[in-house]
Amino acid sequence: MNEQPKHSPDSTPPNQDGAAAQRRAAGVNPLKPSERMKIPRQHAVEQTARDRVRNFTEVSLGMTEELALREAERCLECRNPVCMEGCPVSVNILDFIRLILKKDYVGAVNKIRETNYLPSICGRVCPQESQCEAVCTMGKKHQPVSIGKLERFVADFEREAGLFIPPELPERRPETVAVVGSGPAGLTCAAELARKGYGVTVFDALHAAGGVLRYGIPEFRLPRDILDMETERIRALGVTIQTNFVVGRTATIDELFDEWGFRAVFLGTGAGTPNFLGIPGESLSGVYSANEFLTRVNLMKAYRFPAHDTPIRIGKQVAVIGGGNTAMDAVRTARRLGAEKAYLVYRRSRTEIPAREEEIEHASEEGIEFVLLTNPVEILGDGRGWVKGLKCQRMTLGAPDASGRRRPIPVEGSDMTLEVQTVIEAIGQKPNPIIQSTTPGLSTSDRGTVVVDEFQTTSREGVFAGGDLARGGATVILAMRDGKLAAESIHRYLNRNGAAPADRGNGQAAMTEPETAVNA
Amino acid sequence: MPPHPPRDRQAPPPNTIISRRLLADSIGKFDIYAPLIAKKRKPGNFVMVRATERSERIPLTIVDADEDAGTITLIIQAVGKSTKYLLTLYAGDAIVDIVGPLGNPTPLVAGKSVVCVGGGVGTAELLPIARGLRENGNMVRTIIGGRTRELVILEEEMAGCSDEVYVTTDDGSYGRRGTVVDQLNDILASGTKVDAVYAIGPLPMMKAVANATRDTGLKTTVSMNALMVDGTGMCGGCRVNVGGAMKFACVDGPEFDGHEVDFDELIMRNRTYSDLEKFADCQS
Ligand SMILES: Cc1cc2nc3c(=O)[nH]c(=O)nc-3n(C[C@H](O)[C@H](O)[C@H](O)COP(=O)(O)OP(=O)(O)OC[C@H]3O[C@@H](n4cnc5c(N)ncnc54)[C@H](O)[C@@H]3O)c2cc1C
Ligand code: SF4
Ligand code: FES
Repeated sequence: MNEQPKHSPDSTPPNQDGAAAQRRAAGVNPLKPSERMKIPRQHAVEQTARDRVRNFTEVSLGMTEELALREAERCLECRNPVCMEGCPVSVNILDFIRLILKKDYVGAVNKIRETNYLPSICGRVCPQESQCEAVCTMGKKHQPVSIGKLERFVADFEREAGLFIPPELPERRPETVAVVGSGPAGLTCAAELARKGYGVTVFDALHAAGGVLRYGIPEFRLPRDILDMETERIRALGVTIQTNFVVGRTATIDELFDEWGFRAVFLGTGAGTPNFLGIPGESLSGVYSANEFLTRVNLMKAYRFPAHDTPIRIGKQVAVIGGGNTAMDAVRTARRLGAEKAYLVYRRSRTEIPAREEEIEHASEEGIEFVLLTNPVEILGDGRGWVKGLKCQRMTLGAPDASGRRRPIPVEGSDMTLEVQTVIEAIGQKPNPIIQSTTPGLSTSDRGTVVVDEFQTTSREGVFAGGDLARGGATVILAMRDGKLAAESIHRYLNRNGAAPADRGNGQAAMTEPETAVNA
Repeated sequence: MPPHPPRDRQAPPPNTIISRRLLADSIGKFDIYAPLIAKKRKPGNFVMVRATERSERIPLTIVDADEDAGTITLIIQAVGKSTKYLLTLYAGDAIVDIVGPLGNPTPLVAGKSVVCVGGGVGTAELLPIARGLRENGNMVRTIIGGRTRELVILEEEMAGCSDEVYVTTDDGSYGRRGTVVDQLNDILASGTKVDAVYAIGPLPMMKAVANATRDTGLKTTVSMNALMVDGTGMCGGCRVNVGGAMKFACVDGPEFDGHEVDFDELIMRNRTYSDLEKFADCQS
């Protein structure tokens, strides 16, 4: 499949008469709804599967202007644009698509930026097929408008043309806020606070900013120059990003208030601690958590070993366990590092795989073998401490469980063994407990997440939280939504009556259970 | 300006090497300006260090700190590419990244009789623990050893915080010929009252110490030098099997009960990259 890069619009405009051309030139869609429906969904240009399994450069090259204009013309300009309801931060999709039709691409990206500060990232990693594109009217009978690719197109256009204009900043306020964690939650919160005039310092434990965007999501999905550019733009708002700083160890939350003088704290430390299956053989050489594997490759650049010092070792046959974006990224990375056979071992069926649809398609194009309805029971060693196989059991699907997905049940006597030298476990992550265990009065759930109310307020006064830390493994856009909401709450908190720092005891906030994981 | 604890205007940039001294040909002692870490560190803590933009992140124990001067002391033995590079640095040079203090402080007993056992550069990691034990009013006997005379380090510093110091070398070039475990066995056999043992050194040495005390049930604390990537609990690369449960050395340790640790598993897994590391090293 897709051996030829696609680059021309998939069909010619059905209406080419003079009046239509004039309306088009004026940025008005000349097509009748029935004509719009006849245009097939346009596809982004992609590297061929054969090429891309040998490199780490981006798979999707995005849409050309021609493709983007054609795709924008498909939009029905609904009176009730339901797509916006499908977006967790309510991006004004209809308006930005209309601006594309007017060829005002910078206007379009700024329209997105009113509610989403990182469009070039969201255009690449959001699961649009379960958000805006899932509800798009066009999708009822035909394929939905390719909203994500249009978002990416305008963001890339602005970057490539060098047309970004930093927002004007209001007068600096005296209060300073500490943001802990430089993932999408923290970066968004920092940007929003800086745009309100607060002094913001972002602390991160690692030596580079970005959270999962830096250490987890591979370069072939999110090029690092784009991430660097987005973090630079946040620095340009006057935000200080202090890396190599583990809050809870280098300084505690109490010290950030009492000694450093911060007036509020946002916690966006994510869910970085990997789970292990707890099956025999996990201490063998050749067993990785997906986090370790991806961190070595992405953050430490092990794929450039020995030019970079961090090594990675990969067998000719590799099994990745799990079905989320993490598993998909790990298995495609393994393929790029030279694995001849890369298996994705998942205990449910194809329909339940929670990863982004585009990644699942790209993975199968790249020759990833999906071993579905299969559950690992033991990692086998070669007697010298190395992995030589993964013993599995076949599963069948029973009645739906609490998450609504059908529960896998083992099939008796169905054991089989995959011959592999590397096993990568991508079965979910939980929040790192360092801050929770060093911050008295901060309530956590039994899943280890920090408990927040609908304003992202925690049980500690002046402390707010969001993203994976509060949700336990969700998405980039939900993390951004939380960061933005928390910035509003912090603004309100710092401007409440008198604004004197009250005693920050163990004040109880209203507790609600946050939305649950989709990325495990 | 972001808020910041008051800082001396004359202060050097963070991570600057203030002084450097060789303890042996391949072992250097560095005082490094890292005031935030100096203020918070406790015996048993470590830092993660990235020597250059292309280096690995490696764990190094904080041997000592001077809160007033804002410095931490690291003792580095040139074994891999990063550590060899670090030994080429001098006062005034800076290290790219240092983060910490990480890990749990060592649980130190008080008012007891203890034996501290250090092997090779593990002696450096033991020093802050021996000092802490001394401050807690313990009777401290210290055994330090190395393959040969030149690799026995910090004898004087250890003498400064121990009631008795024993030195062993494998080749007999200095002190007693034999291993630190031979010396430990003698102390245990002599009937001297011992309440706890702290051992830091190569994994086989710590394993031998744990085996020597296993039957007596004597509380034996060992420090797990597992492979680490982040040092903050997010990769699981440092996992060790302790009493049948999986623990992360960087956040649950680095110290564990020596009688519960599965040394053989860790010794095997620590070899995962040994050939690649040699390769990286000879490429430089
Ligand atoms: C491999 C992978 C692929 C994914 N793919 C997608 C995708 O395609 N689309 C999507 O929407 N979502 C995806 N996700 C999920 C998404 O990345 C997360 O939901 C999102 O990054 C959460 O953002 P966050 O800001 O809450 O935390 P994170 O991105 O996890 O950032 C947390 C940051 O806090 C830092 N930190 C932690 N503890 C401390 C401390 N004590 N002191 C200082 N700093 C600390 C960490 O170093 C880290 O940089 C993926 C996740 C993974 C792991
Ligand atoms: S729902 Fe689809 S067709 Fe309607 S406005 Fe939104 S993107 Fe356009
Ligand atoms: S070093 Fe990564 S979890 Fe311990």
